[in-house]
Amino acid sequence: MAISRGFQGRRRGDADPTRVPPGQYVTDDFPVLSAGPTPHTPLAEWDFTIRGAADRPVAWTWNEFLALPSETVTVDVHCVTKWSKLDTVWMGVSLDTLLDGVETSAEHVLAFCDGGYTTNLPLEDVTGGKAWVAYEYGGEPLEPEHGGPARLLVPHLYFWKSAKWVRGLELRDHDEPGFWETYGYHNYGDPWKEQRYHGD
Amino acid sequence: MELDGNAIAGTMMGVFGHEMTTEFGTCASCGARSMVGEFRVYLRAPGEVARCRQCGSVVMVFVEARGVTCVDLRGLAALDPA
Amino acid sequence: MERAALPRGLTWQLGSVVELVDETPRTKSIALELPVWPGHRAGQHVDVRLTAEDGYQAQRSYAIASAPEDDHVVLTVERLDDGEVSPYLVDELRPGDQLELRGPLGGYFVWDASLGGPLLLLAGGSGVVPLRAILRHHRVVESTVPARLLYWARALDDVIYRDELMANVFGDSVDIRFTLTGEQPEGWRGWERWTDMELLQEVTWPPRERPLVYVCGPTPFVEKATISLIALGHEPGRVLHVAFGPTGV
Repeated sequence: MAISRGFQGRRRGDADPTRVPPGQYVTDDFPVLSAGPTPHTPLAEWDFTIRGAADRPVAWTWNEFLALPSETVTVDVHCVTKWSKLDTVWMGVSLDTLLDGVETSAEHVLAFCDGGYTTNLPLEDVTGGKAWVAYEYGGEPLEPEHGGPARLLVPHLYFWKSAKWVRGLELRDHDEPGFWETYGYHNYGDPWKEQRYHGD
Repeated sequence: MELDGNAIAGTMMGVFGHEMTTEFGTCASCGARSMVGEFRVYLRAPGEVARCRQCGSVVMVFVEARGVTCVDLRGLAALDPA
Repeated sequence: MERAALPRGLTWQLGSVVELVDETPRTKSIALELPVWPGHRAGQHVDVRLTAEDGYQAQRSYAIASAPEDDHVVLTVERLDDGEVSPYLVDELRPGDQLELRGPLGGYFVWDASLGGPLLLLAGGSGVVPLRAILRHHRVVESTVPARLLYWARALDDVIYRDELMANVFGDSVDIRFTLTGEQPEGWRGWERWTDMELLQEVTWPPRERPLVYVCGPTPFVEKATISLIALGHEPGRVLHVAFGPTGV
């Protein structure tokens, strides 16, 4: 490997190592990563739906969504492209709130989004205080390039599972791989076990 | 960040072994045939994604896993030289 | 696989920095000595890869600024304030350092005299880099293909290769014009406008003359210029474009 004399990159070297999963570098930036153009759904047309293997689908308009009980959380996020950002502050609705009252025997969810992006997760990984649909970042409304108006936030997994521009969850009895999972990324994606790619 | 097929010339050279930007790809979704250099490319992602300029569907995806670059071409109905 | 069968451009190689030239306060030209260089065509680019001591890597693409006939391969890099690679290349790199790259890359956006013209080159900011390679090649082979460069820059201080372009060392068949969109010097009689149909109509040959057009610059600039040219009646197949993102190229 050819070392470039004096090259550091835009990384912070002073982070607490117990907070940094293997192979990750901490950054103060918030890189914008996307597999396609930024969608711009007008809020008047936006809704969030839970459908699929549930007794009946349930949906909220934007105003109904904002009226739901919300939480502010501070979490570390880890992207599979190796950057980690610590102490990020988000505000949103817990998935426990959204799934409250939804009867289901499903064990899997597929998050679906404007622009066609999808990602799959076990239902138990989005419940129990582990996941939110976030609409504010750093105290401001979530910008479109970072997933606004709302994105999924599942910080205990690699950040590709925190789907931007999320519009709902499909509850499923059988797991179905989402976008990056289909192209070779790990089905689960635990950063602490460095589960980046299929087979890791 | 939205670029064009030139931005992945290096990745494609590494995977296919020769210059690809002048080849023609036919979108499996809408049938549009265009030069690979003309595809809309999204670089900053867990992989490099090329999309059809006409319909926006994914035509090619390159993922580098453990030092090996894999390409998925299921979004293309055909890929041929000029 | 036999060594002889290894396709060009597939492998990374280490070049040595031979010379560094300040082009503008934010851009620098880097001349490289490369051990195994198959030659390139004007308009092509290379991928540059930097590796930190702990193995961290960052990679970007940069257009080649030199003509195929020039002594060294030259890259011209603009320092982006929030960039990761460009500040290193512009501020830190020294003669004698090694730089890892692969190339040449890009068979689409290339010109050589055999492709003819008339030749229209539209440069948005640092998009002028590969177009300058085209002009240098045009001069070396003493091409008589009529060529015109229109270069969008914010101010005169931001014009890369200013001396070369303003003195128009490229000969009688080459016409060079600027549009300075931010600040203009006193007595400036050139354009001050961004891309618009009227401006493009003034500089381009009519579609019936089938000019070969090369557009290079940031994505919004390239999109607007390309759409306008096609709306003016130019054949899409003769309007070639390369878009740069906000970081890298």
